Parts: sequence; structure tokens; C-alpha cells
Amino acid sequence: MNGPATDTPASTAADVSPEALLASIDAARGEGLAAVAAAATSDELTQVESTLFGRKAALGQIKQGLGSLPPDQRAAVGRALNEAQQDLRAAHAEAADELAASARREQLQREWLDLTETPPGPERGHLHLVTQTTERLEDVFVGMGFTVSEGPQAETDWYNFEALNLPAAHPARSMWDTLYLDLGERTELGDGEGGEASNVVLRTHTSPVQIRVMEVQPPPIYTICPGRVFRRDTADASHMPVFHQIEGLVVDRGISFADLAGTLEEFTSAYFGKAISSRLRPSYFPFTEPSAEFDITCVICEGAGCQTCQRTGWIELGGCGMVHPNVLANCGIDFEEWTGFAFGFGIDRLALMRHGIDDLRDMYTNDIRFLSQF
Amino acid sequence: MKVLLSWLREFAPIEGDPAELADHLSDLGMAVEEMRMLPPLDGVVVARVAGLRPHPEADRIQLVDVELPGATGEGTGGALQVCCGAFNMTEGDLVPFATVGTTMPGGLVIGERRMRGQLSQGMCCSAAELELGADAEGIMILPSEFELGAPLMSQLGLAGDVLYDLEVNPNRPDAMSVAGVARDLAARLGVPFRIPAPVVSETGEDVSTVASVEIIDADLCGRFGVRVIRDVSIGQSPLWMQARLTLCGMRPINSVVDVSNYVMLELGTPNHTYDLALVPGGHLGTRRSAGGERLVTLDGSEREMLRGDGLIVDRDDRPIGISGVMGGENTEIGDSTTAVLLELAWWDRLSISRTSQRLGLRSEASMRFERGTDHELVPIALDRFCELLDRVTPGGVSVCRGRLDGRGDLPPTTRVRVRPARMSHLLGRPFSSDELRGLLDPIGLQCTESDDAAPRGAEPDDGALEVTIPSFRPDVVTETDVAEEVARHYGYQRLGRTVPRSPEPGRLTPAQRLRRDLRRVLVGAGLSEAMPNPFLAPDAVRRAGIDGADPVRLLNPLATEESVLRPSLLPGLIAAAAYNSSHRNDSVSLFEIGVVFGPPSAGDADTAAADTSAAAVLPTETEHLGAIWAGGEAADAVHLTELIATAFGLRLSLTNANDLDGMHPVRAAQVLLDGQAVGVVGEVDPVVCERHGLSQRCAWLQVNVEPLLAAASAAAERPYRLVSTYPSSDIDLAFAVPNGVQASQVRSTLLASGGDELRSVDLFDIYRGDQMDPGTRSLAYRLRLQADDRTLTDEQVADIRQRCIDAVEHAHSAVLR
Repeated sequence: MNGPATDTPASTAADVSPEALLASIDAARGEGLAAVAAAATSDELTQVESTLFGRKAALGQIKQGLGSLPPDQRAAVGRALNEAQQDLRAAHAEAADELAASARREQLQREWLDLTETPPGPERGHLHLVTQTTERLEDVFVGMGFTVSEGPQAETDWYNFEALNLPAAHPARSMWDTLYLDLGERTELGDGEGGEASNVVLRTHTSPVQIRVMEVQPPPIYTICPGRVFRRDTADASHMPVFHQIEGLVVDRGISFADLAGTLEEFTSAYFGKAISSRLRPSYFPFTEPSAEFDITCVICEGAGCQTCQRTGWIELGGCGMVHPNVLANCGIDFEEWTGFAFGFGIDRLALMRHGIDDLRDMYTNDIRFLSQF
Repeated sequence: MKVLLSWLREFAPIEGDPAELADHLSDLGMAVEEMRMLPPLDGVVVARVAGLRPHPEADRIQLVDVELPGATGEGTGGALQVCCGAFNMTEGDLVPFATVGTTMPGGLVIGERRMRGQLSQGMCCSAAELELGADAEGIMILPSEFELGAPLMSQLGLAGDVLYDLEVNPNRPDAMSVAGVARDLAARLGVPFRIPAPVVSETGEDVSTVASVEIIDADLCGRFGVRVIRDVSIGQSPLWMQARLTLCGMRPINSVVDVSNYVMLELGTPNHTYDLALVPGGHLGTRRSAGGERLVTLDGSEREMLRGDGLIVDRDDRPIGISGVMGGENTEIGDSTTAVLLELAWWDRLSISRTSQRLGLRSEASMRFERGTDHELVPIALDRFCELLDRVTPGGVSVCRGRLDGRGDLPPTTRVRVRPARMSHLLGRPFSSDELRGLLDPIGLQCTESDDAAPRGAEPDDGALEVTIPSFRPDVVTETDVAEEVARHYGYQRLGRTVPRSPEPGRLTPAQRLRRDLRRVLVGAGLSEAMPNPFLAPDAVRRAGIDGADPVRLLNPLATEESVLRPSLLPGLIAAAAYNSSHRNDSVSLFEIGVVFGPPSAGDADTAAADTSAAAVLPTETEHLGAIWAGGEAADAVHLTELIATAFGLRLSLTNANDLDGMHPVRAAQVLLDGQAVGVVGEVDPVVCERHGLSQRCAWLQVNVEPLLAAASAAAERPYRLVSTYPSSDIDLAFAVPNGVQASQVRSTLLASGGDELRSVDLFDIYRGDQMDPGTRSLAYRLRLQADDRTLTDEQVADIRQRCIDAVEHAHSAVLR
């Protein structure tokens, strides 16, 4: 090194040789790069910038002296000068970027957060298990071509019983413990056997909805009726006075018992999975004939036999059968032309089974510790 | 209904694996709820009491020397010594003896042990300990003909027996008897079935000389059979009979009662025995009561008859029994009875059902009569009773010659025309007439070719059968009923499986879909779904501050706490919030979408009286959404209202309203949908909160869901509004507005006066304080202006601004600040 570039005598072109100029360019370049490298902050770098590229900068002064060189020597020195200048600019730009990036890094570092310190934010709520189960069931049946029908929860004796082939004093009425409404003089409880068609009950099943559908909709009918039902039952682990059922109804030409069995099997595998199948056993309901009990493979042991299914491999899900001709006739449907089937089962129990809940009452405490689990 | 395999075998040669038989029974519709293989109890053998000695250390037990071939022990003369707490044995009695190592039915393992210093080398057993009878007091004394040392169960004829507990459907009266179950099972197995003819040796005078029957109401009693049996001595029935009765769920009482029950279980024919000496002239009459008559029944209670109830009366028309339900105390069989008047009747099903339900007296007999008994079995069952009583009475009994057979109205024999095509249609598989016969004949449904060629329905009549329904199947009355019998005996599981397809695609209605969406909006807003009980205590309605409603009452509630139907969702949800608060979850947010009930909509009186249509008598049902925020403020509920409006494109607005039911007196508003009131929003009356033990405020929203979903359904089709590509301008306007003017009114005025270019109005600041005139507050709105087709000029913006200011100042006595 020949000392600081600023001290390089360059004012007099006469005593300047091209070699000396090249040497001082080289020196200025070296010193400039060192200065850039030495700048630790962007302020320092700004200062360096003015010494490198300002009017009094070493390379600038050399450039001013360029004119005194013989023309044939100018090109080589000029080229060296440009190269040195470009090197310094590149080094400066790089250093500037580097310093900016590191300043940004430092700034962001100061923004450090422990994300686990975050206090709880807004929570999402939860749908009731009965709603979740009902919707899941509806989706399966809608996929199978069914519509969803609804009807009133308070019903006349006609819709809840008589139209369903359960005339007054029918012994099978005792299969349902019925809650009657007190609507003034029109209602009398009778001798526990019901009777007046205009008596008003809280529906004991969603079958009245089937009647209402058949009254207004000519067949073919493919519909399900989910909803709330009522029984005069004391609440215990497996009974509630208010619970939920889903029933299905198909009325069409040529509908047979095999169609019932096939539909229930399709539903079973769609809802419970391929490992679970269904079977029908003879049973009795006043509104169907032939009637059947609808069992599915035990969902706990998948048929191997366990405590839940009392080692039978099957659990009882609900009732079903071919719609009784009297029921069709009560709705003005010619049962020689149209036949149909119906089925029904509890929704609450499906929710219990899916989640391993032992006590039905837990589902209705409205305890947030229960609700928020699902 | 419990049946023993050995008993079934008395009617048909039923063989096979007991578990397979159980499957057949279930498959036939008699679901086996429990199958019990009777324990072989090989360790319990017949032993003889060789001697009885007092226990030197104890009064309540004695020492028994038990003689058992091949066994020696500590007792006198090398007999086994047993400590026993019963004292009913005498020397020489045969008793059931549980040898050391035996596991008893209850699980107890018999071991050799000392009682008060004396060795006990086994156990003498009571009937109860062996689960063969009810008697737990004394040791079973076995008949002297039993073989010493032989296993007890084989001596009782119970070895290897199987007990099935069957669930019998109400439409199967025939299955309420051992014979009926055997008939069904035999048909399934293809083996012959037969009810053996009872053998009765008649010795006494003719029955008509000592007894008479009169059916006064023929519609009540179709058949009334009577026999008289003399030389009866009331005693214990034999062990085999006691064992069968006990296993089938009946308590052995005495020989006459046991035989009566045995015949009922076996043939499904309930019967009643009178002490002939207590029935004047042996006369039995039956009629309906005119009401008001009283009778003390066998259970000791005095019963008052209502008009129409069936009665048995004596010669003097005095009630001595309730038809088919329970006998009277005044003619009851007792230890001194020597002559028995036996009644075996067929009663009208509905009459029995009505009376037994009314009296709350459901007996084994009434259960069978209700379902329908077999009137053709009356003579057979009478004879079977005599045969059995003769067999179980030491020395036998004398049976008077002949039977009385009173006749009333019996149902005519049912004949059903059965078309193979219809059967095939209903069951989804072709059935020929021969196949149908093969299935129906064995269960007593006799088929003949129908000679009636006239077609009766849509199905072809080819090969139609005329099926005669037997008297034991009163439930089978139509062709469809026969289809069930065909299906049952063919096997439900063997019928095919096909899936019919709806001609229409499945779908939810728009309202059903939107209701689901609504639930999800609520869940997204942090509310969880509750399902409170729709039944309330009358008091709960008042406690929730709802004074105006007249809730619908239940006629027969289980409890007063559940005696009215909710007129609002507030009582249930505030109780749910209180429940959570009392379990240290203070700030729950809950919602419910559910029905609230009101009295039937009145209409005008004239038509209401004449109109018995369902709509006129049914209570009104309205589906509401209720939402509660424990610890929340009115703003929470207002925000949710706005969220719902945004989610479904609804024009919901609020009008402040004071003194709403259950609401904070001045922090409440009505929710309007397109100007119509559809609900309320705000805070729950703090008094109501306090009554429920809630110390915090509660925000509340309740809206009628139906109009909401209808409007949402319409709004779902709303057209797209082009998003403008031109720049927008914002202007802020703050007004001093009198407190009596709702902010929403100011906003509406702004929206109405700003014209098409006013795209949004947001309330961004509210100020109340010293700088405001009393009775006013400052409301600051940010207005965004934008045109679809141009950039608004400064002049146009200024113009709109001035229009808005003028409109608000003019409409609301407000002043721009």
C-alpha cells in the first residue's frame, strides 16, 4: 500500500504515468472495499458512500486527471477506473442490503412472542348430540332418495292412534304411556283407554307425521319423519319422558317385505359401516302387518358376542313392517294398488351408542362440560 | 312366557341342540330373552334321614345323621353328620342332599366345615336353595319312591332340561301356552303336534244335578264350561309340578291352585275354582254390572264395579267374581274345601281388557283373556284339570259325570281368501299355493282350494286358497295377517332383500337446509346447543317473568314440576344457564331451536264449536330460537341478531321496547323482520336472573324461526350487485341526537336520503358527557360513497353530504356537531 488514497497526488498530470495511475486505482479500490467492509451501521455506510463516490473521492480525482494522459493510454486506465468504480458500487450495495436485512432481523427479534402465552380467544359452540345424530341420519336417507317430513308434537287421538289402526280401547294402546293435554272441556281422559278422536295427546311416536304425509301426498312416497316424542315415563338411565325418534315411510307400487329388508340393510351399512348388517325378526305393531323387529350387528363386538348384546351378537334397533291395509285405507290409499313399509327407531340411543354414554339423562342436563365434548 | 323343553316335548317330539331350538323360537317371533340349561346338580342326591340329634352348643341348629350309600362319616353308626337349621324332617324321610364339593345354583360351593364345634359334611336342601320352589323354610321332603343315592334332578325328571324365557307379542294368544309354543316349533321342525286327550274317570252324580250355568249377557261370555270335583283334599302338589310351576314363574300354593295354574300355563286356558259349598245351589251366572256393585276380591281389596264390567254372580245375583280378572273372597277355596266347582270360560277380549286396566288388576288370567283364548279348548282343559287333580291328590278325587257347557256369542269362524300372487307381492318372492299350504297347514290354518272365482282385488286370483282360521288364532283375520304367518314360517331371514328407488331425488326443503345453516351460524358465534325439558312447573313460567301467557296444561303429568308446556324458551334456557353457573361455569352461551306452545287458536266461537278438525283443537306450536349469554350484555344479543341478518340476507331491525315479559325494563328491543315483530332482544330482567341464582347479567334473544327461514329462503335468491371499479370516498358525520331517537332511526334516515351512491353507514362513535346538551348524545357515522359508473366529484360528494345532514336534522331534531 502507498498510503491513503486521498493523499495520492493526482493534481498534476505531468508527473503521472499510466502505471502510477493504475497503481493508485488499485490502491483506491482496495481502500474503498476495506472502508465498505468496515462500516458497521447504515450511518457509517452512508459516510463511506460519500467518501467513495463524492466529488473529492479518490477515484473521482483520478478520473479528472485522466485527460492528461496520452490518448493511447487513456483507454486502459479508464477501463481499470470503471472496473474499480463498479466493484466499489457493488460492494456498497451488497453491504447496504446486508445492513438493512440485519437491522430488520434485529427489529423482528425484539418482537419476540411466546405464542403459548395467548389468552383464550372466542370459542366455537357445539351442536347438541341429538342434532348431530339426527342430521347424520337425515343425510343417509336423503342420499337414498328420501325427503324429510315434519309435523306437530301435540296431536289428536286420531293421528296418534286411531288412524294407525289403534281404535279406542285397543289393548295395544297400553304399549305407550301417553300424556294427554288439558284443553278445557273437549278433553276427557276416560278410563285410561283414550277414545275421543279429538282428544289431544303429546305424540308418542312420529307416526302421525306419516299419516299427515299420506293424507296430502299421493304415492309414491319416500320420506322420513325425525322428531321429538313424549311418553309418560319416569326418567332413568335409558328412558326419558321426552326423546327423539326417526321413522321412515315408503308407499309405492309393488313394494314388498323384501324392499323393507333391503332398505334397512342399505341404511345400516351406510350409517354404521360395512361391518354392521341387519336382520328382521317377527314382531307385532298394530300399524304394520307383517311386523318385524329390526336388529343390527352389535356395534361394540361386531357380532362376536359381548355384554352389550347379551352375547347374542345382535342389538335391537327398532320396529318395522308393511304398512297395515287399515292405515292405508284411513289415508284414502287403495291398498290393492299401493303397498308400503314403515320403520322407526330411537335417535337418542344411537348417540349414546356412538359415544359410549351410559346414562341418557346426561344428554339433557345441558351441562356445558357435556355439550362441549361433541 | 317361560317354557320348559321337557314340557314342550309332551306335545311334539322336539329334538335338537337347545341353542338351535332357541334360534328357531326367536326366528318364529317368540324371542328367547333367556335360555337356562338347568344345572345337572350331580352332587345333589337323594339321601335318607337316619337320625336327628340336638346340637350340644346351639338351639337353632340340629345334627342330622344322613344315610347315603357308599358314604361314611362322623355321624351315628358311620352316617354323615350334617348341621341343619331346619326342623321339619323326621327319621326315615328322603331329602335332597348336597354332597361336599357341589356348586349350588346360587354359586355357593359346599365344603366340609364345623358349626359351633360340630362337623357338617354336606347340606340338606330346601326347594328355594335348589331354585326348584318357593319354600325356603323347610328341607324338601322327597317322595318315598325316590331312589336312594340317585341324583335329584333325574329323579325329578328335570335332568338336562332347558328353560326358555320367551317374549310373546300381543298378537300371539296361542303362544301364551306351552302347547301353543310347541305347535309353532313343531311346524318349524316338521314334526307332528298333538294335544293328548285327557283321561277322566267319572264316578259321582251328574254335574247338572249339583251345578248350573246361566249366561245373562251373551256378548260378554261366549262359552262357560263347568265341572264339579268331589272328595278333594287340599294338600301340597307333587314336587315335579311344584318344580315346573316355580321354574315357569308361578308360586306353588296348594294342589288345587297349582293344578289350576298348571292347566293355564299348559293350554293357555285360565280357569277359576270355587268352593262348591260356598256357592248356593252350585249356580254360576254371568252378566255385565249396572255399576255400583261391590266385591272383595281374592287379594282382599274391595272393588267397585262400573257399568259394563263383567261379573260372576250366584243364584241370588250376588257378585262372586270379576269375569276373567279375579275371583271373589267369599267363595274362595280353603283348607276345608272338599268339593270344587271349576269354571273354564271364554270372555270377550275388550271387556276383560277394559275392566282389568281400569282396576289396575293385570293377572296371568286377564293377560290371556285380553289376547284371546281358545274357546274350543274349553272341554279339553276342563278334563285336563280333572285328570291332573286326580293324579296329584293322594287317593284320587271323584269327578261328577259330564260337563256344563253354557254358550253365549262366540266369534264366527274366520275364512280368509289367500291369493298366491298377493302373497308373492307382499313378501317379494314367488309362493305357489302348494308352498303356502305347506307353511300354513302345520300351524292349524287349514287351506282348501277356493271355489269362489270372482276376483276381489287387483292381484290375479290364480290358485287362490280358502284358509280357515283356527279358534286359537283370533288375531288372524285378513289376507295380510296370513302373509305374516307365511313369512314367519318361511323365515323372515330367507326372504330376499331388494332396494326400491324413489322416482324423485332425496332432498331437504329450503327451510330445513336453512335451519341447519342457522344452527351453524350460532355455533360459529360461540353458542352451544341446549335441549331443556319442554315441560315446566307452572311456577317456572312466572319465575321467568312471563305473566301474560296461559300455558297449556298436561292432563296426566308425572309430576307438578312437569305439568305445563313451555310458552317460551326463556324458562328452560335460564335454568340451564343457572345450572352451569352453579357448577362453576359462569359464562356459558347457550341456544335452543325448539317449539313453544300456546292454547288452540280460538277462531270465532260458532265455528270453533263445530270445527273438530285437528287444527282447531290442537295447541299452537311455534318454532323459536332462544339464545342466552350468562354474564353477557345486550350488545352480545344485538350482535348475534346482526350476524343472523348478514348470514341470511335479512332486513332485521330493532325497536327499543320497555317492560317486555321477562326482559330488563329498559334494555330490550323488539326484533323486526321487514317491519314485522318476530322476536325480542336485550337483557333478561335482573330480578329474573336473581330468582335463578344468577348474579350476573344475561343477554337474551328469542325470535320466531319460521318467518326468519321463509325470508331467508326468499333472500337466498338475491341478485348480484356489481362491485364498482371506481374510487370511493368516506365522509364522517357526527350529530347531537335526542335520547328519544334510536340510533337505528338515524341510520335509516341516512340510508334513505343518501341515494344510490351511499353504499354503507357505520356508527363508529357514541359520546355522552359534559359537552353535550342534556338529553342528547353524539352519534358519529362514517358514510362511504361510491358510484358504479364514474368517480364522484367533490361537488357530488358535498351534495350528498348536505342531503344527509338536512334529512337527519329535519327528521330527528338532531344537530350536526
